[in-house]
Amino acid sequence: MSRPMGDSHKRFLQTMMRNGIISSVQAKALYRHCCETHGAHYLPDKLEEFIDVINTTLQPMFMHIRKGSSEEDGAQHYALVNMAETDITRMSSDYADNELELFRKTMDMILDTENGIVSSTDLLNCADRLQTKKMKKKETEHVLNKFVQDKWLNEKQGEYTLSTRCIIEMEQYIRKVYQDLIRLCYVCHNIVLQGQICENPDCGIKMHYYCVARYFKGRIDPHCPSCSIFWAHEIPEIQSEPQSQSSSARETATPAPSTSTTRRSRRL
Amino acid sequence: MSQNKRAASQNRRSQVVLDEDDEGSLTQPSVSQVHKARENFTPVQVDRKVAEVVQFILIKDQKKVPVRRADIVKHVIKEYRILYQDIMKRADRTFEQVFGLKLVEIDSKNHVYILTNRLEQSRDEPNGMCPGNTKTGLLFVILSVIFMKGGSVKETLVWNTLKKLRVDAGEKHEEFGDVKKLITDEFVRQKYLEYVRIPHTEPLEYEFRWGQRAVSEVSKLKMLQFIAELHDQEPQSWTLQYREATSTENNLR
Repeated sequence: MSRPMGDSHKRFLQTMMRNGIISSVQAKALYRHCCETHGAHYLPDKLEEFIDVINTTLQPMFMHIRKGSSEEDGAQHYALVNMAETDITRMSSDYADNELELFRKTMDMILDTENGIVSSTDLLNCADRLQTKKMKKKETEHVLNKFVQDKWLNEKQGEYTLSTRCIIEMEQYIRKVYQDLIRLCYVCHNIVLQGQICENPDCGIKMHYYCVARYFKGRIDPHCPSCSIFWAHEIPEIQSEPQSQSSSARETATPAPSTSTTRRSRRL
Repeated sequence: MSQNKRAASQNRRSQVVLDEDDEGSLTQPSVSQVHKARENFTPVQVDRKVAEVVQFILIKDQKKVPVRRADIVKHVIKEYRILYQDIMKRADRTFEQVFGLKLVEIDSKNHVYILTNRLEQSRDEPNGMCPGNTKTGLLFVILSVIFMKGGSVKETLVWNTLKKLRVDAGEKHEEFGDVKKLITDEFVRQKYLEYVRIPHTEPLEYEFRWGQRAVSEVSKLKMLQFIAELHDQEPQSWTLQYREATSTENNLR
């Protein structure tokens, strides 16, 4: 322990534990709040150093506050991850065996797709073939809903994707278990599930939608950064600047606030 | 390899007489036994055990379930049980220094622990990052009633008070659901409240008291100041309560 944790650090950590993941906008607000509550010196651009102090102290506990980006818009988030068991056992205290199996199946299916999306129909079908204990349609819907509320999955109009929290928390696990399936983004070198793939079969590089948007910004005639073939996809618009102050665009990356009242770990 | 391991563990067992009771009831090891055991495990191994204990208790605490010593020994500490005191002392220090939490033994006979928060609740956490605050409000009302009535109240008083606030224990509440269950079951399980039968009553009557978690987490002085503000009076005008609040305040944190 180089620098000891003050109460401001402890409060920040407690809120991280309660939430699992927060956006960088939330993190900045929280950092300020914690410093002000405990009369600690607040330096607006020292959030990273503040978190470093916590991480140094957390190291012997095999926990870490890690930064990652939302696959949807590239917005940065901070998640509290468990380094000792970076696999699904992390979730095991909260879910039954067949629920965990459903989650593993969901990950299998998502990792096996090109665009990182799996439909609810496919998931409902696979729940019928669980080995631990089959799930009825209604039950499956309920469990999937719980995964979304607990911020392990995202859902949009019946389509499921791995959440930012899931990717940050389970990165090691994903890299280990799905090493033949995962693709790394050509631009940012992180795991990419939702993105675009180069049409050239000999090239086939993959990029996040938001990395594509930034990379090809302002170019009329986009070409693959690796093989130079014409980039035959629609170039997405940049959704939000990663370092901008506008919070509205970024808040949408995390589940809507309304879900927070029904979340699992209610604290008094 | 596995034989080696077995031999090693047998060796250890012959050196330090271990209590084989899986319920985790520990006979106090002698000083020399502990010294020997410390030599048997490397500091790295013991560090790891401390971390595991911390994680185990944190997970239990997410649901506010009290943790039994027997479970800590059985699921985590296992063959390190001779170092139980060492490991728990270090886990406790970690909770305090890293997480701002405190490990409190709420049942010294069966060795049951809870984690309480050493940081005060802050009212205005930004961006809605503090879920579940509505229940806190309900709990606060009940704790206030108990405190102002001298430490214990008949349950009917609590139900009547809540009814005045339009929370009817007999009806399903849109925010709290089954109110009676939340208060007599969830809050009790989480050790915020005690709900006990009053002896020799016919028909049965129950009373509420503060639970262990409330005692170590809630400031009576702050509560009294808040109530005084509501009544537009000084906290000192409730002599008994003020005396109790100021005397417990010194022991609280």
